[in-house]
Amino acid sequence: MTIADMEKPNERGLQQVAANERLTFFGLTLPYLLMVTALIVVPVGWLFYLSFIGRDGSFSFENYERMIKSKAYIRIFLTTFKISILTTIICAAIGYPLAYFMSQLSRKWANICMIGVLIPFWTSLLVRTYAWLVLLQKKGLLNNMAIEMGIISEPIKLVHNTTGTLIGMVHIMLPFLILPLYANMRAIDKDTLKAASSLGATPTRAFWTVFFPLSLPGLLAGLLIVFVLCLGFYVTPAILGGGKVIMAAMKISSNIELYFSWGAASALGVVLLVVTGIILFIASKLVSMDQLGNR
Amino acid sequence: MSFLNKNVSETQIRLKNRLWLYILSYLILFLLIVPSLVVIPMSFSASQYLEFPPREWSLRWYENYFFAWKVENGFNDWMQATWTSVKVAILTIFVATPIGTMAAYGLVNSNSRLGKILFPIFISPMMVPVILVAIGLFYFFVQFKLVGSILGLVLGHSLVAMPLVLIIVFSALKNYDMNQEKVARSLGATRFRAFREITLPQIKFSIISASLIAFLTSFDEIIISLFVAGGDNSTITRSMFLALRDQIDPTIAAISTILIVISSGLLIIVQLIGNKENKKD
Repeated sequence: MTIADMEKPNERGLQQVAANERLTFFGLTLPYLLMVTALIVVPVGWLFYLSFIGRDGSFSFENYERMIKSKAYIRIFLTTFKISILTTIICAAIGYPLAYFMSQLSRKWANICMIGVLIPFWTSLLVRTYAWLVLLQKKGLLNNMAIEMGIISEPIKLVHNTTGTLIGMVHIMLPFLILPLYANMRAIDKDTLKAASSLGATPTRAFWTVFFPLSLPGLLAGLLIVFVLCLGFYVTPAILGGGKVIMAAMKISSNIELYFSWGAASALGVVLLVVTGIILFIASKLVSMDQLGNR
Repeated sequence: MSFLNKNVSETQIRLKNRLWLYILSYLILFLLIVPSLVVIPMSFSASQYLEFPPREWSLRWYENYFFAWKVENGFNDWMQATWTSVKVAILTIFVATPIGTMAAYGLVNSNSRLGKILFPIFISPMMVPVILVAIGLFYFFVQFKLVGSILGLVLGHSLVAMPLVLIIVFSALKNYDMNQEKVARSLGATRFRAFREITLPQIKFSIISASLIAFLTSFDEIIISLFVAGGDNSTITRSMFLALRDQIDPTIAAISTILIVISSGLLIIVQLIGNKENKKD
């Protein structure tokens, strides 16, 4: 026994207990860790490996080279980014005023409006996509109404193209933008606005110099979530795009379903994952990860 | 019209200056809710073509969904797909909820450094593009002959449901005072007993809503099912997706209506549970 032990006779025992505690808590997370490792890390690692295997079965970069050289792939990348950026911008333009409006209401009314945001959030993605197909098609509700009201004489092509895809995607992504943005706006101290106005700022100026900057973290979190989800989106463009809007996820799927070409699909998947990863990394530097998770 | 001069913000904006925002916001809310509901009247239409409003009403598409026992262009009969979905979703609850809850409990109690490393890994199923997860699982399951099996579907769906369970239970535990367990243990309870008798009753509503959300996540999942399901085990959303790609079958409107009823029902239950728990504090 050393002198230190005599002064604090329980120290070693306590340390032992603390170490055991830590081990127990870590042990509780093990099943989860195991699931994620077995079902994401290993399979995605496998795809990563496959992406470097050429047609002849040896190590090569041909899957990546094809992506840079082939016009088809470049077009897919451009479409994916174009659709994702447009969806994100439209979501911000529509979602910001609504989130702001809700943040100004009393809790009770805001919660009622929140139901309006949550209903579509929990309605099956497929149901909403199907509903838009019904509304937007040539003999659909919107075209019929517009013709009856005499706005147009011929039905307009609203679906099986970029327009239809965008409408559907904005509708599906909007809650993902509104939820973090609204939470952020609710947390803004209203006294800061009162202070601005008592110092002589007009309402408009108070909004732009005080409220808007304070709402930026929420807006940013929402924008990044929407953008990242759009990049990997599959179902809605597949149905509303009618084969004319081909995004990365659809190409990955068709590479496997139609051509059994695992190398090409994996390489595209790896690029998608890396881009997503970079954006999420930047996001985690800008806003805390907890906030991104809270949706 | 004196109400137009009412103050509506901290910066003394009057209602009449804000009217545009009110109108715009209600319009957006309308556009968020109403389009999905259009499938409800469609599902009661007698016509094979989509007409709105339907000229004649019938239940034929519901009949088609419930009673048409035939296999069409390779995908299964609707009812069988529905049962697969229900089975898988219920099993997903029993896999995702305990695993997610245990991990949340472990994370809340462990030191922050470990948490910082584990948290991003744990929510990765939400962050990695689903299509990549799906083809990864497909490739992986082929080696173990799990493609087209219920087990494969349950594992895949649990993977995407676990992060949601984790986040819900984690935030419930964050607001919970862990010292209560210490008290129980100092009085001689084992850790497990302290959890079961002290912590669990206080977070049970969060765990129930987490499991309902796990159910819904599995029930609505499409992309993983598209690759992992197959043979006799197609799920309802997979069958719907495959049918939608080919033609517009009004049976889908009937199924959609049923899905809307199920998901709104679950949402209402989850919201009510949330209110109950908030009132308790």
